[in-house]
Amino acid sequence: MIRAGSLRARLSARVGKLELELELDTGPGTLVIVGPNGAGKTTLLSLLLGVLPVDHGQIAVGDVVLLDSERRLSVPIEQRQLGYVPQDYGLFPHLTVAGNIAFALSCARPRLRPAERKRKLDAVLDELALRSHAGSHPRTLSGGEKQRVALARVICLEPRALLLDEPMAALDVHSRRDVVGSLVGSLASLALPALVVTHDPYEAQVLGHRIAVLEAGRISQCGTWNELVTRPASPFVERFVASLGTAPRSSVHFRSST
Amino acid sequence: MSSLGQRLALLLAGGVLALFLAAPMFALLVTTTAADFWNGLASPLVWPALRLSLITTATSLVLTVLLGTPLAWLLARSSTRLGAAVETVIQLPMVVPPAVAGVALLFTFGRRGVLAGWLYPTGSSVGFTTLAVVLAELLVSAPFFVQAATSAFRQVDRRLLVVAQTMGASPLRVLARIAAPLAMPGLVAGAVMTWARSLGEFGATLMFAGNMQGRTQTLPLAIYTALESNLATAQSLSIVLVGVAFALLLTTRALVHGQATARESPS
Repeated sequence: MIRAGSLRARLSARVGKLELELELDTGPGTLVIVGPNGAGKTTLLSLLLGVLPVDHGQIAVGDVVLLDSERRLSVPIEQRQLGYVPQDYGLFPHLTVAGNIAFALSCARPRLRPAERKRKLDAVLDELALRSHAGSHPRTLSGGEKQRVALARVICLEPRALLLDEPMAALDVHSRRDVVGSLVGSLASLALPALVVTHDPYEAQVLGHRIAVLEAGRISQCGTWNELVTRPASPFVERFVASLGTAPRSSVHFRSST
Repeated sequence: MSSLGQRLALLLAGGVLALFLAAPMFALLVTTTAADFWNGLASPLVWPALRLSLITTATSLVLTVLLGTPLAWLLARSSTRLGAAVETVIQLPMVVPPAVAGVALLFTFGRRGVLAGWLYPTGSSVGFTTLAVVLAELLVSAPFFVQAATSAFRQVDRRLLVVAQTMGASPLRVLARIAAPLAMPGLVAGAVMTWARSLGEFGATLMFAGNMQGRTQTLPLAIYTALESNLATAQSLSIVLVGVAFALLLTTRALVHGQATARESPS
């Protein structure tokens, strides 16, 4: 019933006032999570990462079980091997671009020889066109460059799956479109199951093979963009897909009342 | 009262206190000459006290940073009631009078202290030794570091720590490579405050370690002793300590200011 190589979760958790109760499966591609503010999108990522405790449920990637509450199994956050990119990218401000990537490399592959580490670092710097920024500190980079550094770090980890929280929120309106394009390319070439949280319908449409709508801790609908357009399951979904048609694409910035 | 009168009243009240706070520091300086200053420092009291102060404060500072950094890190990451309780209790030595801290040390580590039977089966005790000076300094000064370090660690963006963890970084690695460097200005400011406090330690040292030249007589105790015999020496030593304190104050202010501006600039 479950495809290998997808990130799957079935969980219930209570975090503050929010009760999450949901089931999701990224499939082999990218599942986008959309939903109104406060629906639990970022909380969901924290639960999957192991930052917050899950009350009941299972989390697995392919045939690797990360959490199974019935078997009292919970892989610690350091060993889940999930590539996480938070909102604003979470670059270490005291390290250079090369230092950020080298830190990830040394965490993921502690026994790598220095020469081999240098080779990997150079390869990933070239892959994401960051060579000329290797010695720069994150504060001097543009939003798109920061995102590429975050992706470079994640690639070094050879993760089981990717979790991206609002990957475009830190970008200005004008560069958003280009960056979405390059992110689509990166995600395709990585060929990893990915979960992308966004509140922007344009990003949802472009990035998501499928889109799951999270409302008040529950998934109200999950399907392709076209399925959301043709059979919206809730007033939120209806407004969400419609807002893309009415606003200029690059400047869509969807915020909804719950 | 007229608006001008009110402004004058505020100026008067504030000015009186500012003058009162600044005047003693200037008085120390203006009532001596360069020759008297150096003569005062030539007293046989000075060198052993200076040496002892440097050794004991360096030791207590190293102990504070080595043990205080993990404690501050745990407190900053804890959200339990126990953590909050521990945080309050360990701030107590900052607030109690130093003399009380000294008496409390006697009742803990002294010859008849609660730990005596366990620590000193042969009967000797740590009281009135150089080690007692270090313990007194540690007790009254370490809380300053722990408090500053805890608040510096709390200001580190939690998401960065989560990111490092998802990369597989061990807890010690997260602390050493991410949290500590990001909290560094606060950690250094805390260490500077701690050193200033232990350099000035008087009351607890006198109670617990005594005032023995070369063994427990630190600079403040040497000033106390000199005050009875050689006023010039007391004054010279006081000027030295005011100078050190002023330098430390400027360092701390620069660090805190640097941290504030670093946080405001976009990362």
